[in-house]
Amino acid sequence: MRYALLVQGAPYSQQASHSALRFARAVVTRGHTLDSVFFYHDGVYNAARLAAPPQDEPHLPDAWSELHEQYATALLVCIASALRRGLLDEREAARHGKMGHSLKSPFELTGLGQLIDLGQRCDRLVTFSP
Amino acid sequence: MDRHAAPRGDLLVILRHPPHGTSWLRDGLDAALVAAAFGQTVSLLFQGDGLLALLDGQGRGALGQKGTAATLEMLSLYDIDALFADTEALARLELRADELMLPVVPVDTTRIAAMLASHRQVLVF
Repeated sequence: MRYALLVQGAPYSQQASHSALRFARAVVTRGHTLDSVFFYHDGVYNAARLAAPPQDEPHLPDAWSELHEQYATALLVCIASALRRGLLDEREAARHGKMGHSLKSPFELTGLGQLIDLGQRCDRLVTFSP
Repeated sequence: MDRHAAPRGDLLVILRHPPHGTSWLRDGLDAALVAAAFGQTVSLLFQGDGLLALLDGQGRGALGQKGTAATLEMLSLYDIDALFADTEALARLELRADELMLPVVPVDTTRIAAMLASHRQVLVF
């Protein structure tokens, strides 16, 4: 089955993204396809390039990146939610005259249309909200 | 109520947060507008404090937020006219459907359950 996830909770302050990650791993372990994870609302903080959690806690941005590397899951970040919260890729940083970029690769900025598209394209779209 | 009487659609967006204080309502409405712009049939269900979004005469939020009244007024331009209000929320907030800024159809829990089944996809904000 082809899955997509919608993640709307901030990492470390809410359980939502931690649960989403566990669900994501279960999906691929069972042999299903995890097409994409869409980060919306405070969920966009999962894509923070500069996140530096304590070593004895899960590193969510790294964990999502590993999922992408192993299973080619697209990590899609709502651009409107991200820019408001200071998460910019190199292109947006240049466009807004910012000194550095803060969006981790391979997360990519995209529009809400991608979320709607996932809902149409995938068998299941599962939401993780705080 | 007969399940077949439930309004059908591609996407049901459930709005459960009030218009000010968080961005949940705005984010939910944005998702609804984008889906409509993509040609999907969208229904909105106002539940709980989400009903407060439909109170008339709202200005901008005190914290510099734009508020959502202007977005709600645009819904018809996007052909989103399937608007529903939870009867329990109406009763709890002591509101009548006819005093809200947009025409809504009151729906009870049985009907809401049928709506969840009759839409291909549901997003909750």
